[in-house]
Amino acid sequence: MIQVTGLSKKYANYVAVDNISFSVDKGDIVGFLGPNGAGKTTTMRVITGFMPPTAGKVTVGGFDVFEQPMEVKKRIGYLPEAPPLYPEMRVCDYLTFVARLKGIPNAEIPDRVVQVMKKCSVADVSTKLISKLSKGYRQRVGLAQAIVHNPDVLVLDEPTSGLDPKQIIETRDLIKGLSGEHTIILSTHILPEVEAICKKVIIISKGKLVKTDSVENLKNRAVFTIELNTAGGADAAAVRQKLEQVASVSKVLDHATNGERLAFDIEGLSGSDVRPDVARTVVQAGWNLLEMKSSTTLEEVFLELTNTDQAAAETAGVGVQQ
Amino acid sequence: MRNVWTICRRELYSYFVSPVAWVLLALYAVLSGAFATAISSGFVQQTAMSQMRGASTPMSINEMVIAPLFGNIAVIGLLLIPLISMRLFAEEKRQGTIELLVTSPIHDLEIVVGKWLAALLMYSALLAVLAVDISFLFIYSTPDWKPVLTGYFGLLLEGGTLLAFGAFISTMTKNQIVAGAVGFALGLLLWILDWWTSLGDTPTIRVISYLSIVSHMESFSRGVIDSKDLIYYLSMIFLGLFLTTRSLESLRWRA
Repeated sequence: MIQVTGLSKKYANYVAVDNISFSVDKGDIVGFLGPNGAGKTTTMRVITGFMPPTAGKVTVGGFDVFEQPMEVKKRIGYLPEAPPLYPEMRVCDYLTFVARLKGIPNAEIPDRVVQVMKKCSVADVSTKLISKLSKGYRQRVGLAQAIVHNPDVLVLDEPTSGLDPKQIIETRDLIKGLSGEHTIILSTHILPEVEAICKKVIIISKGKLVKTDSVENLKNRAVFTIELNTAGGADAAAVRQKLEQVASVSKVLDHATNGERLAFDIEGLSGSDVRPDVARTVVQAGWNLLEMKSSTTLEEVFLELTNTDQAAAETAGVGVQQ
Repeated sequence: MRNVWTICRRELYSYFVSPVAWVLLALYAVLSGAFATAISSGFVQQTAMSQMRGASTPMSINEMVIAPLFGNIAVIGLLLIPLISMRLFAEEKRQGTIELLVTSPIHDLEIVVGKWLAALLMYSALLAVLAVDISFLFIYSTPDWKPVLTGYFGLLLEGGTLLAFGAFISTMTKNQIVAGAVGFALGLLLWILDWWTSLGDTPTIRVISYLSIVSHMESFSRGVIDSKDLIYYLSMIFLGLFLTTRSLESLRWRA
């Protein structure tokens, strides 16, 4: 649905986005993840046709953003980081205006507006001035604005920023609810959000693509900790050696001893869950498996991927191939 | 065309839902009323004096009241029109709504023309206030109505020109005050250029006086539609809207 090839965007003397390529399939919800200033907003602005790229090509639904902008714009709903609202307008008037702007035939507009107001639960404030709305309502009106023309693609720039926890959950549920009909790209720097909503993650840092992968894979890649005791049978070094021999384990990182209890951090190979293999190995060796837990959340994977330039450079290559 | 109207309608909505329109209308009513009163009182005094001297032909109310009134209104326009045009794009940029407009399936030119048209309609509402003042002249006298129509036409053209350039200025900043101040300064400068025309008849002065927005109004307020002046205004409007559109486009490259 969305195809980004070799996208770069330079401002006067600053490279915001550097040679990024990725694609998003129809019906996917993709999380666009990166620290602040990583180039998320810039990339989204290029996809929506707000600004042209310095180099590279972006197509949406087969149409080139730069060559056939009108076709692309008809198919995209965009919620910028600050919802583009006119404070002096009433909610229903505003949505009617956007519907007209997006080219919906006049006869269909009232129905569409009522529909999206219901979908985004803003029907109860439809005659209120936007300036009087709370932040959560504004965000939802912003979302209603983005889907009023029933676009194929939704681009949401930090849709939950600045909301309170309850509103965040409501907004996430709303976005998840939209996923069936729309292809969605949403940017965020909040990891639980990606875990909660997205199927696929695109991580960028300092304008470079760090990784594209499914959320599942990224989680599996995560390091986990096991604790066991060997009932005096083997010492730490021996256990370590044994664990390293498990086929799907890429690295045994660290260990700590606490009396009889031995603890190890284990990293599996990308894309496979190593926990069953490790558990089997431990049990077959006759040791007591006490505990096994994911010690790293997606957060730590993310930090690991975005923190070091070296890691970024290494994994960028992998990402591009995908 | 539908897109132009969509943009135009929303813009008018904003003018009239905010205090902007009402404050401008009130200011305009006071200013144009003050000018109309001063000019017609002056006329009444002069007529009385000429009658006492026993002049045979009555003085023309068109030449003595309506033409100077339009001339003064044109100058007020120079100063008030920036207040209409300053918000056009600056406000959209500040609110972030420009992102909505620019990412919608609508051409930049449609956005520009829609906004300009709304501003022009807003200005027409101001001119409608002026009609109240002029209607008094029709109640108490019998002026020729044709110069009034051409005068109005001239004021609209002058307004359209200033609004087109005001819109252009407004695309260059996020700050309405800056847009207003620059527009205001431009208006004053154009007015001062008009003074220069009385300084002589060198080629430079002729060029300057041709550029002066106010001096092209004169023929209209005397009841003449001079093609030279008409072409001047239409080409200036075209230039202003063209610059606005290019500037809006370039926002994307600079943003």
